[in-house]
Amino acid sequence: MKSIFMFKTAVIAAASFGLASFSTASLAEDTLRIVSWGGAYQKGQSVGIFQPAAQAMGITVKEDTYGGISDVKLMVKSGADKFDIFSSGAGGCASGGAEGILEKLDYSVIDVSNHLPGMYSDYCAGADIFSVVAAWNTETYGDNGPRSWADFFDVEKFPGTRAMRAKVDSQLEAALLADGVAKEDIYKVLDSEEGIDRALDKIRSIKPHIAVWWTSGAQHAQLMKDGEVDMTTGWNGRFDVAKLDGAKVSYDWKTGIMDWEGYGIPKGVKNKDLAMKYIAEMMKPEYMAEFAKYITYGPTNKLVYELNLMEDSRARQMPSHPDNAKHQMTLRTDWYAKWRTIAAEKYTEMMTE
Amino acid sequence: MVELEQNLNQAALTQLARREHYTFFGLTLPYLVLVGAMIIIPIGWLFFLSFVGRDGSFSFENYERMINSKAYLRIFITTFKISILTTFFCALFGYPLAYFMSQISRKWANICMIGVLIPFWTSLLVRTYAWLVLLQKKGLVNSVAVDLGLLSEPIKFVHNTSGTLIGMVHIMLPFLILPLYANMRAIDPHCVKAASSLGATPTRAFWTVFFPLSIPGLLAGLLIVFVLCLGFYVTPAVLGGGKVIMAAMKISSNIELYFSWGAASALGVVLLVVTMLILLIASKLVSFDQFGQRS
Repeated sequence: MKSIFMFKTAVIAAASFGLASFSTASLAEDTLRIVSWGGAYQKGQSVGIFQPAAQAMGITVKEDTYGGISDVKLMVKSGADKFDIFSSGAGGCASGGAEGILEKLDYSVIDVSNHLPGMYSDYCAGADIFSVVAAWNTETYGDNGPRSWADFFDVEKFPGTRAMRAKVDSQLEAALLADGVAKEDIYKVLDSEEGIDRALDKIRSIKPHIAVWWTSGAQHAQLMKDGEVDMTTGWNGRFDVAKLDGAKVSYDWKTGIMDWEGYGIPKGVKNKDLAMKYIAEMMKPEYMAEFAKYITYGPTNKLVYELNLMEDSRARQMPSHPDNAKHQMTLRTDWYAKWRTIAAEKYTEMMTE
Repeated sequence: MVELEQNLNQAALTQLARREHYTFFGLTLPYLVLVGAMIIIPIGWLFFLSFVGRDGSFSFENYERMINSKAYLRIFITTFKISILTTFFCALFGYPLAYFMSQISRKWANICMIGVLIPFWTSLLVRTYAWLVLLQKKGLVNSVAVDLGLLSEPIKFVHNTSGTLIGMVHIMLPFLILPLYANMRAIDPHCVKAASSLGATPTRAFWTVFFPLSIPGLLAGLLIVFVLCLGFYVTPAVLGGGKVIMAAMKISSNIELYFSWGAASALGVVLLVVTMLILLIASKLVSFDQFGQRS
């Protein structure tokens, strides 16, 4: 009995040793690790982009989820080696770049010549365009939900519970739009503490009606699915996926605040060159078109439209479709670079009042 | 001659005693090294980092920020309020249960103990989300109560302070019950019988004999629960719905916001210092040693 046990142990030890040496060897040469936000979003990325692109290059790509640019910071500053590429909003990349924790992207390797204007930056290669919208429960309001931010902030015309984001991002823009500021003037007004306070006061005015401050896309989709709140701010794609799943949810593009997501590389990763090539591969229009089948986030590469890689009916559901984009405002990451910390502290102060 | 022998003996004894001291010190050395490496150095590092500004130089900016923004004070008040309330409710529910378990036969007590321990072994995240599913607006509790006509409209159990407390009390209860039950089992049942034989009513016997003897276990449990609550993150984040912001949540969001350890470390330092002050004051008001000796 004992000898059998010892034999087994030896086999397991040998096998795990073999596996370990095999995996380190492959990690060094042709394996990349990419992290994103999980949920319906990453599922679309995985099936539409990450795995097909890896297959085309003959490499292995391992996926995981992460908590945003602060995780990149933790990894780089502590010298850990956990992932080679991350998926992040343009604003997150911009602040990470300013902190010096990201590798500058090499646009002689990554082809962005067909990108929509402004949809890539030094540290972020744009991959998809999404919008923050006001979503409502169609069981509560039918088709006549809050079709503008003014409606969202009007608790008399639209009684019911609301949810807003626990972080400042894109919430102040919504509040100012509700307060009657034109979309082209939003960042002019927000460019001072008084402007930020004005937006915060607008949120304060409906605070008793805010039942939940959400922290993730999965959460606000779930809030609508469960009917926990009657309306919420959130990302359009999550609501579309929830709707397919049976959630009673709708939104109007007139509330849209457009923003974009892309890929970045943490400073000092060993596989930098391969990561760069892999990002270049992921920029190809066919992957973006495939991704957009799973979640309604529009491509940054305009070849998707020019080569008709997406059916017209699907293209019309994208935030970046001209018919939808014309109603929306575009989020400006330079405002966040300048004001984020001040605005975020004031926002937390407002939340804790 | 005898005197000399005695002196020699004394010298040998002293030497032996000294050697014993060194041996004991040598035996505790690994522990001291461990404490130094795992607690003292990291906490010292935490204090040091809290004085490093965003540009890397020595600065008080991390502390100034806490004074300038009212949010920080409110967050600390929330943290202590939630921790004190959780500790209070744990004692309220935990003490009778531990008492009950200590009075029944060991066999049944063990079965009760399994009931206490199984949730204890279940993932904290799973239990927290389970409460959310049960208690939300269209959750199991509200929909059953509304369907049966017990409620005219759903009660807001979660996404507020009450939801946070329900979740945290549930998660913390075993931490109170385990030391308390161990203490109550160790109380000699003859003491209570003696009190009864001297004419004390059951209530009187409980309050004058049993309860004082159970205080060391109760205090140990309260202390564990209170200190663990101070650092809670997941449960208030999920069940508080953004309305219950505790120190741990602000520490995490400060790392994200300032990209500097200092902004988070300073919060940790303040939490640590305030906690130690509270425990110091508590130990002055309630003498822990006194109860320790009595048991």
